Amino acid sequence: MRRPVASAGGLASPDAVARRRLVRAAALIEKGKVTAAETPTPSEISRAIEATFRIERARLIAGLARVVHDVDLAEELAQDALVMALAEWPRSGVPARPGAWLMTVAKRRAVDAIRRDRMRERKHEEIARTLDEATDGAVEAVDAAMDDDLGDELLGLIFTACHPILSRDARAALTLRVVGGLTTDEIARAFLASEPAIAQRIVRAKKTIARAGLGFAVPRGADLAARLPSVLEVIYLIFNEGYAATAGDDLVRLDLCLEARRLGRMLAARMPRDAETLGLLALMEIQASRLRARTGPDGAFVPLTEQDRARWDQLSIRLGLDALARAEALTGPEASDWGPYVLQAALAACHARARRAADTDWPRIAALYDQLRAVAPSPVVDLNRAIAHSMAFGPDAGLRLLNEIAGPDADTLRSYAPLPAARGDFLFRAGRLAEARAEFQAAAALARNTRERAFLLSRADACDGRA
Amino acid sequence: MRVMVIGKATEASEAGTPPTMEAFEAMERFIEELAQAGVLVAGAGLKNSAQAKRIVIEGDSRTVIDGPFAEARELVAGFQIWEVKDMDEAMAWAMRSPNPMPGRSEMEIRPFIEAQDMAQALNLEGTHEAPSGERGRLGVA
Repeated sequence: MRRPVASAGGLASPDAVARRRLVRAAALIEKGKVTAAETPTPSEISRAIEATFRIERARLIAGLARVVHDVDLAEELAQDALVMALAEWPRSGVPARPGAWLMTVAKRRAVDAIRRDRMRERKHEEIARTLDEATDGAVEAVDAAMDDDLGDELLGLIFTACHPILSRDARAALTLRVVGGLTTDEIARAFLASEPAIAQRIVRAKKTIARAGLGFAVPRGADLAARLPSVLEVIYLIFNEGYAATAGDDLVRLDLCLEARRLGRMLAARMPRDAETLGLLALMEIQASRLRARTGPDGAFVPLTEQDRARWDQLSIRLGLDALARAEALTGPEASDWGPYVLQAALAACHARARRAADTDWPRIAALYDQLRAVAPSPVVDLNRAIAHSMAFGPDAGLRLLNEIAGPDADTLRSYAPLPAARGDFLFRAGRLAEARAEFQAAAALARNTRERAFLLSRADACDGRA
Repeated sequence: MRVMVIGKATEASEAGTPPTMEAFEAMERFIEELAQAGVLVAGAGLKNSAQAKRIVIEGDSRTVIDGPFAEARELVAGFQIWEVKDMDEAMAWAMRSPNPMPGRSEMEIRPFIEAQDMAQALNLEGTHEAPSGERGRLGVA
């Protein structure tokens, strides 16, 4: 134990080397039998086994999927291995290399499955002879497939689950299932969907992958660059499902943020030279630092500028700023060279660095929104940009930019309460109180919940008070 | 949940004996595995207690005691912070840690007191109330 996590990502080496090193590491690990001061109970043992399995599960599925070319079967084989472990380990103890043990058992089951398939295909008279040949050949084939240099297994699984041939929602559900290890019930609750709907979404996604004959390899070169955005998009979608939670079981949805952040950390550890991957991680770390400050005891949403900054998680902020610094080291300091995630992380960092809301560097935020608008235009970015400019340069600057949101963008925002709310705020600050009141009332009519509506109406009333 | 994994000192670590190359490499690889799993949040090894200082606080008085300190096994030689789902997962990871020291060594896993624990323990009413009078009640992010 010697170095801070800051350099952890920098350690990642080419996959083949990494794998050889892991094998050596496993051999080095002391094989002393684990004994407890008190004899563990059967339930403690099975909990320990299940925890070990949880750690290994995704890698197990990833390795198996490469052999059997079928996520569903891979998942089943991994589950079989757990059942075997639950039967075996209470007697033998947890093996020194539990991952290797589970993989060996699952591989054997895979060979059995292949053998069964071949038996079905062949004539009866050939069965006996084929069985022996197939078994030998299959074991070799399985070993060969595992040794193929297709890159990091887990990374290959992530890229497959996030393949652009799948819809965004299907990618998110499948990634949470096979990489995150969530149950379909957990995913359904997190996405406020029914369990059968999520189960079906996952089944369809698996079938689509099988039909397309995807190889579970990590894409290379230009292919990697082309496929990465769909991976980052899914991780951020998962994060936002939790972060933007406005209904449902809040705790489950909070877990969704943490799971997305874990996926981001996993990805960044594997791709430490990709600025956007680091940018996404930085963005999630910094936003997650505010999770506890965003809601008051009564559950009401507390806006960023009003949060008690002492409640922000400084460790998460440090990790976020560190990831952002690593991203900037790769892209250079010019915001014009940054992609959308690095830009959003830089925006989040502006708030994280301000000890008080009044210290916020609004001109910097306004400039970053100008850049973000150039690389990732959206009506919501336009709206936030107008707000940032109003904070930096006054309400008239904000009003001018709001008026520029025109055409189809204006249609998108037509029933979006924050738009009239922002205009109301700018007008209020410009002293145009009658117009401000009308905007706040329009916003209140569009508000999605009673709390938001009450807040907007109170701002409308405040216009009268000043008039 | 977050846990701190505390590596306890030994006679050898207190004597300033560096770990063997093998032990060092094994620990490096374990740390890399933790990072790849998204579990590792932070970590560092600490110099021995000969280079430490203690500050005894009693009311208004502050007394400084220079290291080294006795009771090697009670001292901390290094730490890591992990983010895991539960204590079972923390234990499963800890069980596969290589031994960072020659001979017997101990590690201890301590869950963080998180914000929600604090709120419960202290029954903090009204801590959510931010300084008033700030502008921008728009949720700008």
